[in-house]
This record gives sequence, C-alpha cells and structure tokens, in this order.
Amino acid sequence: MNKLKALLPLISAAAAEIVALAVPDSSLHQKSAHPYFAYLIAIVTVVYYIAAILYAHSVKKSGKVPDNPPFYRATFVAGAVLFFNLLNLVTVKLALLPTLYFPSLDRVFGALVEDRELILKCIGFSLSLLIKGVLGGLILGFSMGIAVGFSKTAAYWMNPIIRFLGPIPSTAWIPVLLVLFSKASSASAFIIGISVWFPTTVLTSSGISNVKNSYFEVSSTLGAKGIHKIFKIGVPAAMPSIFLGLFNGICGSFVALMTAEMIGAKYGIGWYVNWQKDMMAYSNVYAGLIVIAVLFYLIITLLFKVRDKVLGWQKGVIKW
Amino acid sequence: MVGYIRFEGVKKNFVTLEGETVNALSGVDLEIKKGDFVCLIGPSGCGKSTMLRLLAGLDTPTEGSIFINDTKVTKPNYDRGLVFQDPNLFPWLNIYDNISFGLKVRKLFGERKKDVNEFIELVGLKGFEKSFPHQLSGGMCQRASLARALIGHPQALLLDEPLGALDAFTRMNMQDELLRIKKEQDMTMIMVTHDVDEAVYLADKIVVMTPRPAKIESIIDVKLSQPRDRNNPEFIRLRSEILQILDFAGKEKEVEYTI
Ligand SMILES: Nc1ncnc2c1ncn2[C@@H]1O[C@H](COP(=O)(O)OP(=O)(O)O)[C@@H](O)[C@H]1O
Ligand SMILES: [Mg+2]
Repeated sequence: MNKLKALLPLISAAAAEIVALAVPDSSLHQKSAHPYFAYLIAIVTVVYYIAAILYAHSVKKSGKVPDNPPFYRATFVAGAVLFFNLLNLVTVKLALLPTLYFPSLDRVFGALVEDRELILKCIGFSLSLLIKGVLGGLILGFSMGIAVGFSKTAAYWMNPIIRFLGPIPSTAWIPVLLVLFSKASSASAFIIGISVWFPTTVLTSSGISNVKNSYFEVSSTLGAKGIHKIFKIGVPAAMPSIFLGLFNGICGSFVALMTAEMIGAKYGIGWYVNWQKDMMAYSNVYAGLIVIAVLFYLIITLLFKVRDKVLGWQKGVIKW
Repeated sequence: MVGYIRFEGVKKNFVTLEGETVNALSGVDLEIKKGDFVCLIGPSGCGKSTMLRLLAGLDTPTEGSIFINDTKVTKPNYDRGLVFQDPNLFPWLNIYDNISFGLKVRKLFGERKKDVNEFIELVGLKGFEKSFPHQLSGGMCQRASLARALIGHPQALLLDEPLGALDAFTRMNMQDELLRIKKEQDMTMIMVTHDVDEAVYLADKIVVMTPRPAKIESIIDVKLSQPRDRNNPEFIRLRSEILQILDFAGKEKEVEYTI
C-alpha cells in the first residue's frame, strides 16, 4: 500500500508527460518555443523524489516518528500533477476554454523563462519598495506604540490621531501623496508604510497596556529602571501582540504594494501583471501571478519562522 | 535603640473602582531590628500584603511614613527584595535568565555570573536552567522566584506567603534554607504567613494582626534559640498563645456581627 503511494506521483507525472508530448496541440493556440510544461513536470518529479528519499533517510536515522510519513505528501503531489495535466488537456490540447484568457501552460511557464530578466528586475524593484515601506511603517508604528503604551501624555495626544487616521485605507491617500511627493516611488513606499503602521501601533500599545502590572513591580524590586521596564519587561511581554500587529501589517502591505505599483511605477511585479494585462499577454499575467504567490509565500513562511523563534517561550499558547 | 525599619503611624486607604474607600491599614507603628526575622500573621484582609507593598515602595502610605536605615521609603529599590505570593516569573525568560535578571539590570552579571548556578542549585532547580516557567510546577516556579530575589543580596527580604504553594517536605527544607541565608548574609526578613507553626519556627518577632480595623493586635518576641524543635514545650506554648489571640480576635468580630 505504502509502496503504491510512493509511486503515485511518478505515475501521475508519466501520464502528464504522455499527454503533453504525444497528444497534438490545438491549432487555435499560439505555438510555444519549447514544451516548457513537460520540462517542468520532469524537473518537479526528479526534485520531489530526491527530496523524498533524503527525507525518508533522515527520518530512519533519527528514529523519530515523523509528522508526515516518508514520501512526503505523495498523494497530494500526484493530485496536483493530475490537476495540471487536466488543465493542460482542456487548454492547449482541446481548446475548451477561451484561448486568449487561458493560454497554454507551455506559454505560461515559458514566460517565466523567456521573460526572466524583466521579471527579476521587477522582483528587485518590488522587494526594495516593500522593504522601504515596511521598515518605515514598522519603526514608526513600533515607537508610537511604545510611547502610547507607556506614557499617558503620549496616549493623550496620539490616540485620537491614530484612531482618526489609522482606519483610512492606505490607498485612499494616493491623490494626496501624488501632490506631496515628487517621486512616485516615495509615494508608493508611503502607502505601504501607512498600511503597516496602523496595526503595528495599535497592537504594540494595547499589548503593552495589557502587561501584568506585577511584572513591572517585580522588576523594580530587582533594580530595574525606566529603560529596563520598557525594553526588558514591556516589549518582550507584549511581543505576542506586537507580532500579531506585524503580521497584519505585512499582509496589508502586500495589497498596498500592488496598488502602489499602479501609480507611475516603472517596474515592479504588480506593475508587470497590470502592463501585461493591458497588452493582452495573459500567459505573462499568469507568470506574474505565480511569481507574486511564491514571493509572498516565502515572506510569510519566513515570518512564521521568526515568530516561532521569538515567541517560543509561549509554546502551546499561540494558535495562529 | 531606634529600629532599622520603622513604620510610624502608617495608614493606607484604597479607593475602589466603585468609589468606596477601603481602609487597608489603620495606624501601624512597628520597629524591626537589623537581622531580625519577623513574621506577619493574621486572617486575610488584615493588611499584611499592604504592609509589605508599602515597605517595598510599590505603594505610598496615605498617612505616616516608613523608614529604612533612617531613610524614608519613597520608591522600590533592590535593597528591598520582594517575593510575591504568585511567583510572577517573567514567562518570556527561561529559569536561568529569570534568576539573573536583577544582576543584569544592575550590570553585576559579569562579576557574579557564578552565583547564578549557585542559587539555582540552592533552590533545587539544577537541570531546569533552560526551561521556561510554563514548563515547571507552581512550587518550582516559587523556588525560582525566591532565588531571583535572593541573588541580589537585598538588605531586607520581604516574603508574601512564599511557601504556601509548596508541599510539606519542600516547605520545611525551604524554611531551613531561609534561616541559613538570613544568617549568612545578615539579612532582615519579613514574611507573611498563614501558618502559626511556620511563624514560631522561623521568627524572632511575630506580629499578629487583625482586620476591621486592620491593625497590629500584638507583637510577640520569640526567645527560643535556633535551630528550633517543634516539640519543645515553649514552642507549643507560643503556638497556642498565638492561636488564642487570633481566635479571640475572631470571636470579638462574631460578637460585633450579632449585635
Ligand atoms: N489595590 C487595592 N484596591 C482596593 N482595595 C485593596 C487593594 N489592595 C488591598 N485592598 C484591600 O485592603 C485590605 C487589606 O488587603 P491585604 O493587605 O491584601 O490583606 P492580606 O494580605 O492581609 O490578606 C483588603 O480588604 C483588600 O481588599
Ligand atoms: Mg495577602
């Protein structure tokens, strides 16, 4: 049974290869320079089996019972390959879907390969914009949150501002920002910054005000002064809440990034998708979407890893 | 001789959220000698914790003042260590970092690093240095919080029912450890307890308190030499004397209620 399971991805991949290479393409579809889909399936299969065998080995060696049985998610991989196989069949092979909006998988994956220079440049632009905006919003949000959480005066003056300006969707600022900033990229970074700033400020300050007072009291009987109380008690104790704010902010920043790239940007992955759509190059649109998905997936995964490291002390408490 | 720690006409009122005034302490005068072990005993609500918090500097008296070494207490400092009833370990730090917290904020960690392991061993937590508070039992956390307060060598250690959560055996061990540390470091210890036996075993001076109004009912000097034998006739006599005072205070209140 397990043996059969391990073979499922291989069987599914073989079927996909046969369909891709042996069944003739519909004449309604534009020709692709190479059978990129067939290449991709071959590469995925080889990589999958190498990884799965290495994983099975390491499991055997450590003697631990793994969360996932050896041949990691074999059925899922087989199923995913089957899905793309069917998609390939109904698009390029049978032309059952409108050919303009549903280009062949060869051309979608081909766009990733053939347009790689521009795509890489766009990724670089998007990332630098994202980092600038997120860092700015984070630093401002974090310091305002700390100020509001610790100082009554700061809370008195800043809370109304936060509550009034915070809920405005960051993209609603666009008309104002275009006037305020001469450079479109500064305006874009600002939009991203705002979207990160609000949740970070609110959750940092509320996290700090919810810290058990006795932690501050204990620390003062141990000789802690003001600065220690902020950075050795308040901030670490509020970290779960701060992280939640950061997480919300980052998710919001993705939306902001896509919108920001539509205001006069020259490059960027959101701009790429939009531009390709205007040119009716849907294979490139899908390629762009794949890049966006992978990029954001990696960022979120990284964030979860950092969270596990920083918030390891409350294991069993966190459930998000 | 003027006491090392002095409460002079100390009153404390709290205003509750509903706007009522609670009289948590009504006029306390008390002198404590340096190096004494003082136990505060009395039914709950008679202001024992309030007394410790005022001495620690976490609250300020409504009237009167508290002096330590002739200096008026105004704010908390590491010369008065406080162990709460609840261990209150910092959940984001492991046991080692919790215990060394005071040394670190006072920039003493470098020179006194080896003390940390010593105190971890003293409270029987060797092997749990890397554990986080949520992984330990209540008793273990309470011992860690004791080590965290002790490691800073406070001149006075204030203990609010610190041994309540421990099992009988560990509790007796910790009582002996406290006496040993007090002697070794020439510390003054003030401990709140519910346990008359514990008070007679540890204290040089037992302060019996009563609620409504919250005040000191009587102060008993314990002349027994250390180490004490729980079966010594004088020990037993003292215990019943204190129980009588507590019981009498209780009866008096009952009468008040029936009127
Ligand atoms: N922060 C506070 N606000 C209002 N009332 C309080 C506060 N702290 C203590 N009290 C009241 O003061 C009285 C004495 O409390 P406490 O010192 O904790 O007693 P004990 O430790 O002897 O049990 C109690 O009636 C309690 O309800
Ligand atoms: Mg109490």
